[in-house]
Amino acid sequence: MELLLKNGFVFDPINEINGERMDIAIRNGKIVESVSESKAKKIDVTGLTVMPGGVDIHTHIAGGEVNTGRLLRPEDHVKDVVRKTAITRSGVGYSIPSTFTTGYRYSRMGYTTVMNPSMAPLGAKHTHEELNDIPMLDKATFPLIGDWWFVLENLRKGDLEGCARHVAWMMNTTKGYAIKIVNPGGLESWGFGRNVHSIDDQVPNFGITPREIVQGLAKVNKMLNLPHTIHLHTNNLGLPGNYATTLDTMKALENMSTDGKPVCHITHLQFSSFGGEDWGTMKSAAEEISNYINNHSHMTFDMGQVIFTDTTTMTADGPFEFTLYQLSGHKWVNSDVETETSGGIIPFHYKKKNAVNAIQWSTALELALLIKDPWKMFMTTDHPNGGPFMSYPKIIAWLTSRKARMALLKKCHKKAQKKSLLPTIKRELSLYELAIVTRAGQAKSLGLTSKGHLGLGADADVSVYNLNPETTDIAQNPKIVRRAFADAAYTIKDGNVLVQNGKIVQTVSGKTMWLDVNTTEQLEVDDDMKSRFKEYWTVEYDNYPVYDHYVKVSDPIIIKADV
Amino acid sequence: MTVVKSEVVKSVTCPVCGCLCDDIELTIEEGKVTEVRNGCAMCESKFLNYISEHRVKTPLIRKDGKMVPVSYKEAIHKSAEILANANYPILYGWSSTDCEAQRVGVELAEEIGGVLDNTAVVCHGPSILGVQEAGIPTSTLGQIRHRADVIVYWGCDPWSAHPRHLERYTAFTDGRFEDSEWMSYINKVKASVGKKKFAAVKKRSLKCETEPEAISDNKPPETLNKEGRKLIVVDVRESMTGKVADYFVQVKPNKDFEILQAIRALVKDEDLDVEEVGGVPVEYLKEVVDTLINCQFGVIFFGMGLTQSAGKFRNIEIAISLVRDLNARTKFVIMPMRGHFNVTGANTVFTWQSGYPYAIDFSLGYPQYNPGETSVVDILLRKESDASLIIASDPASNFPKKAIEHMTKTPLIVIDPHMNVTSMVGDVVFPSTIVGLEKAGTAYRMDHVPLPLKKVVEPPEGLLSDEEILTRILEEVRVIKSQRMKGAN
Ligand code: SF4
Ligand SMILES: [Zn+2]
Repeated sequence: MELLLKNGFVFDPINEINGERMDIAIRNGKIVESVSESKAKKIDVTGLTVMPGGVDIHTHIAGGEVNTGRLLRPEDHVKDVVRKTAITRSGVGYSIPSTFTTGYRYSRMGYTTVMNPSMAPLGAKHTHEELNDIPMLDKATFPLIGDWWFVLENLRKGDLEGCARHVAWMMNTTKGYAIKIVNPGGLESWGFGRNVHSIDDQVPNFGITPREIVQGLAKVNKMLNLPHTIHLHTNNLGLPGNYATTLDTMKALENMSTDGKPVCHITHLQFSSFGGEDWGTMKSAAEEISNYINNHSHMTFDMGQVIFTDTTTMTADGPFEFTLYQLSGHKWVNSDVETETSGGIIPFHYKKKNAVNAIQWSTALELALLIKDPWKMFMTTDHPNGGPFMSYPKIIAWLTSRKARMALLKKCHKKAQKKSLLPTIKRELSLYELAIVTRAGQAKSLGLTSKGHLGLGADADVSVYNLNPETTDIAQNPKIVRRAFADAAYTIKDGNVLVQNGKIVQTVSGKTMWLDVNTTEQLEVDDDMKSRFKEYWTVEYDNYPVYDHYVKVSDPIIIKADV
Repeated sequence: MTVVKSEVVKSVTCPVCGCLCDDIELTIEEGKVTEVRNGCAMCESKFLNYISEHRVKTPLIRKDGKMVPVSYKEAIHKSAEILANANYPILYGWSSTDCEAQRVGVELAEEIGGVLDNTAVVCHGPSILGVQEAGIPTSTLGQIRHRADVIVYWGCDPWSAHPRHLERYTAFTDGRFEDSEWMSYINKVKASVGKKKFAAVKKRSLKCETEPEAISDNKPPETLNKEGRKLIVVDVRESMTGKVADYFVQVKPNKDFEILQAIRALVKDEDLDVEEVGGVPVEYLKEVVDTLINCQFGVIFFGMGLTQSAGKFRNIEIAISLVRDLNARTKFVIMPMRGHFNVTGANTVFTWQSGYPYAIDFSLGYPQYNPGETSVVDILLRKESDASLIIASDPASNFPKKAIEHMTKTPLIVIDPHMNVTSMVGDVVFPSTIVGLEKAGTAYRMDHVPLPLKKVVEPPEGLLSDEEILTRILEEVRVIKSQRMKGAN
């Protein structure tokens, strides 16, 4: 199958292509130098914007927690129902869409790859079964292991190599892609209803601190040569004054980077950038945080943008969700998982007229605009925590148009308006920068070498938008921008046209990427796990792994570890 | 001499109750299960007694009032015709089959614009409604095993209905932070009466063939009333589990709501100016509440004694609210004791594909959910459905008579490994393989932990699985519909 996209404005930052008019040639699902003009299927994209397929580094779309969110919120579904068509399945949408709908909606926006960042290892089969039912996209999922007893015990013993081998075992066993750490130490503490409050607090019963967990796993990540860094949700997330903890965390990792490459990704940074002492004095700490980031390059980040709407918060950070429950009195789900992690869910309505919510909205944009290097800071809502992923076109408009964001700021709570840094920020992202924060930067941070760009040999994942950068001033036309990014002119995945003018024209399964990490002494680790398994879990060793048949289209990535 | 080939399969998941014990060991000789280790009596009988002369080996179709054996092909075509021609078919059951079949079930229901419902509607439907109102603070069972020092069973009797629940997950097990007093007691017994007797006693007691007193020949073990894990049982009558509890709270029938209200008030340090609530002296309740508040980690398991007593989902809502309140003072979780081994899986699969756990109406081309209206019992009572597909359950034995009357008046397709009351009145009856024994698959434990089901023996020759039967019906429905489209053009 050959395909030729003719004469588009191409934005491919990894290959430093900035809006050049050029053709993109595709053969057998890959980008190639050229195809035969006569044989290839040709699509005229003259006057349109062409980018690599969108990549989302952090979106909760599958697994036990997400599904409990779906179960919890029939009222969320009734306002957004999706009809069956000849080629697509029915479902429900809004903040926690059903699986099929999730795939279709991402595809419509030109996304082709997404990361499910939160998987309880014990429920890994469930996560994979749901990923199988999310069509249109390539996917991967991160096991939650920051509070896994084996990690805590090995790090406590100072046995980094042992820790690394056990982490490798977990990555292989759950078919995961990256090390996810949530409120390190806090989740184990939450097992008995407690929490940790600084990176040097002791975790009860384990004699270890969050600092030691994060540093230890950052080292482990390196020893294992994993493509992404550790993926971290910081301590004290969502609490006033937590920016100090975030700074402490970033400083604790400063010396870890020896080769100039990032060693950690702090996710949904907005939720970790609160100033003030309490909810009354809560304010943005975007200035302090971005200052630090602009002077250091050992980390990457994503926004965690808040959207003014009714959404569903869900995180492995059980104690944080409990705080939200105490603040809101809403229906509350807690879901702790033996020896591994915790979790919680609370429906949440972010309102413009609520000072705290409006400050959060502003903070995320301040961060994204004050952090100078777009390769460090990516666009997310931490779907659905800050808002549904369907809101991305809005965020794109705010990032690229001062006019758009100022218009919304004017409708926000007075206090938020007064405190906001947005009036002082002139920066408007170009389409080139936008391509970085929505695909190229994310792919690079994830170590996905064949994604996020349109160079030779890259996966033929391409999105085309109804936007002419020569005739449309994007800063002045946020509505046009929003419309363009809501409904891609074309979404092409592995060389197949899946979407045309925002309509699904073909469905595909998409594959699940996972790491097959090879270490020495793998058999010893297996034996160790086998002999201790019953002490830790209530299921049998043999029934724990995600066997191959649980992954519909499997894409293992073989990693050679240093241990 | 003939050599009998025997093979032991380990880590088998038991496809009987929501405990989903996955440590069963089966001895297979000549393609049959001959010995079951680690399982309870219910498990043993599932694995040992599955071969019966009542097992039908071919599909049956009712012709002139008589059930006639036919090929799968004919039965599948007939079923597809029934479903493709129906305006408002119902697809009910699902709790005793695997997630793989359930997935196809959703697609089939969507394709024919039917109503998809599962047995939760007659047992833990109220629990789901309660969760949708109030949320649910919960955890996996291992968390309870490792940490819980107070365990409450409300309106359920695990000793009889989930026989290994206590032994594997709660009061009688050891965890990282909690030793089982029961274990030390058993060890004492072991030392004094000898290994043999102990083994016999344990076997008997855990299979619930006899009353638990048999273990000690006198009173419940004293150690249980002292240090360590506390077991509290709330029920309308003294169940087997109630007999070994540290506290047994006997409620008058249908007074659960009042008692929960009273406990909530006491937890919030409010005074009650009555001496008795729902048949329980307030002084006794206060003692229980002290235990709840002063624990490190507590759990309430609730069963149909709570979901089906007066108040139904209001009971669950208030039980959940109680646990929310308790979390202000300590760590507390709550969990429904789901019955069928994969009822949780049905709700899980339905939810990820459609957004809703049960009672899902696809008649408008998208999922709609309104239990009480879109639940099949209500639809049958309103006489609205015009065809039924029943799978892995036996509604004819537990639905209201009026509902069954309507169901039998319309075409009825039944898929089940065994003949049951519903298949007796079916129009098309499919025998299928037994999931977790003759077919591999996946099921979800009551705490939502997914577990693989194994295929340990070959099914009778030619028999198809639930998943295969449904898949072929779905394909055939699509063929019929596309032919019809062509015909119309
Ligand atoms: S308790 Fe339930 S799952 Fe466990 S062996 Fe008995 S019947 Fe099977
Ligand atoms: Zn997240």
